[in-house]
Amino acid sequence: MNRILAKTLLRPVVWVIYAALAAGLLYGIGYLVQLNGPTYFAQAILDGLRLGFVYALIALGYTMVYGIVRLINFAHGDVFMVGAFASYYAVARYGWSFVPAILFAMVICLLLNIVIERVAYKPLREAPRIASLITAIGVSFFLESFTALRFAFSADYITYKRPFEVTVWKFWGLSITNATVIIVGVTLALVLGLQYVIRRTKIGKAMRATSLDKSAARLMGINVDGVITFTFALGAALAGAAGTLYAIAFPQIWTFMGIMPGLKAFTAAVLGGIGSVPGAFVGSLLMGTVDVLVVSFLPLGSRLRDLFAFLVLIVVFLVKPTGIFGEPQVEKV
Amino acid sequence: MQLLQVDNLHVAYGAIRAIQGISFHVDAGEIVTLIGANGAGKSTSLRTISGLLRPYRGDILYQGESIVRTSPERIVKAGISQVPEGRQIFSTLTVMENLQMGAYTRRDPQEIESSMQRVFRSFPRLQERQSQLGGTLSGGEQQMLAMGRGLMSMPRLLLLDEPSMGLAPILVDEIFEIIKAINAQGTSILLVEQNAAMALSIADRAYVLETGRIVLEGDAKSVLRNPQIREAYLG
Repeated sequence: MNRILAKTLLRPVVWVIYAALAAGLLYGIGYLVQLNGPTYFAQAILDGLRLGFVYALIALGYTMVYGIVRLINFAHGDVFMVGAFASYYAVARYGWSFVPAILFAMVICLLLNIVIERVAYKPLREAPRIASLITAIGVSFFLESFTALRFAFSADYITYKRPFEVTVWKFWGLSITNATVIIVGVTLALVLGLQYVIRRTKIGKAMRATSLDKSAARLMGINVDGVITFTFALGAALAGAAGTLYAIAFPQIWTFMGIMPGLKAFTAAVLGGIGSVPGAFVGSLLMGTVDVLVVSFLPLGSRLRDLFAFLVLIVVFLVKPTGIFGEPQVEKV
Repeated sequence: MQLLQVDNLHVAYGAIRAIQGISFHVDAGEIVTLIGANGAGKSTSLRTISGLLRPYRGDILYQGESIVRTSPERIVKAGISQVPEGRQIFSTLTVMENLQMGAYTRRDPQEIESSMQRVFRSFPRLQERQSQLGGTLSGGEQQMLAMGRGLMSMPRLLLLDEPSMGLAPILVDEIFEIIKAINAQGTSILLVEQNAAMALSIADRAYVLETGRIVLEGDAKSVLRNPQIREAYLG
């Protein structure tokens, strides 16, 4: 009884807090707009969303794999890096155009992740969860360091050769490049395609069933190991596309390039609610926007951006660990 | 004809021996029930038949062939389907999608559709609620969905684990009527129940389990009349 009373009395207080937050947000936006002008602000938002679209493709892999095997696959950012290099070789060495190059990157990453899952994670399926987590970190280090060897990708920064010339269009003072349009377009197409696979196809329904209850899924005759492999492959294909798009936006690649985008996409997935596909998408757009706003407005912003990204992670864990779209209790045995 | 034959089965969870040498069989067309208290090994038996657990000794023959090394999906495909304890509905899948998962091992969309219609005839309420999420159904409806889902693979043998658990008496009657109807249409049934009176009232034969061993077997009527059983399970 007391608890209910306390809750009723607290409700207006919560509203006041939300109102204060909203007012603060509006004031902040107003402040930023008048600081350097509305065009500068709008450009920052635009660039932030573009970055967010790339994060989304990475975050989806984290969230899908987590949803199915409850594993944070820390090697996912490095699969993204391999995607960037795969498309680099396709374009710079073999002279392929954009579409075959991005498809090549997706296929390479997909195969790589299937091998990783079979070799590193599958033997640990019945082991305590911490074992797979440590293994994921190990796989991450291995991929970064192995690919940095001279006979692999080498440890140098490499200038990424874009598969097309960049053209810039101006709209009301905003600059939009064809690269931006391609990044947004490809991401939207992939996300909608993914949503179709998960919602409508037989294997997608089996993925959802498996993530809810593995033993019931087995009793339906679902090959759970196959579904898990499929999920890893699907996430990796998206990471391969993300690697290609990221390199087109920021055309300098090296073997440690996956760490920060990987961690930020992971943060975005947690922000949206780990395990939730729409959550990963929305969280990523927010994450990308925060990232670029920090760079655009704070002094030393380009050095502080990572600090802010992980501040977001800490705040989410403190305030709402289940994230925006997360269900109250995800754990199930 | 013996459809399922369990022969001297031993199953352990680590060091705990849940089943210590049980043998029983189900003939084609029969309803056979395993009754016994909590922890007697009833669910473990069903999970082992479905291939979720591996026995460390003994054998399970289905239509004369051993299935103890067979994967769960092949066992479903061969014609053994299980409706698990606690129903294990996929809560954020719709009723329709839950049923589709039951038909996961089948290919022909027309045959799947006709099975779906048959399930809807047995459980009209599922048809009304086909686009609702499984988790939003009441307990009785969830049990019906679990049974409908189990039938979607067109099993020759249906394993039912505690179908009456947590249901109001009137729903229990309804569920048992449906079990009889499913059996009358030619599906053999292996029923695990704590509600021994109910199970014995519809079964042809019964086995009584106690701490991993069969202590009594016989046709359901004679088990029902056994004074020790009356005292221990029927109050």
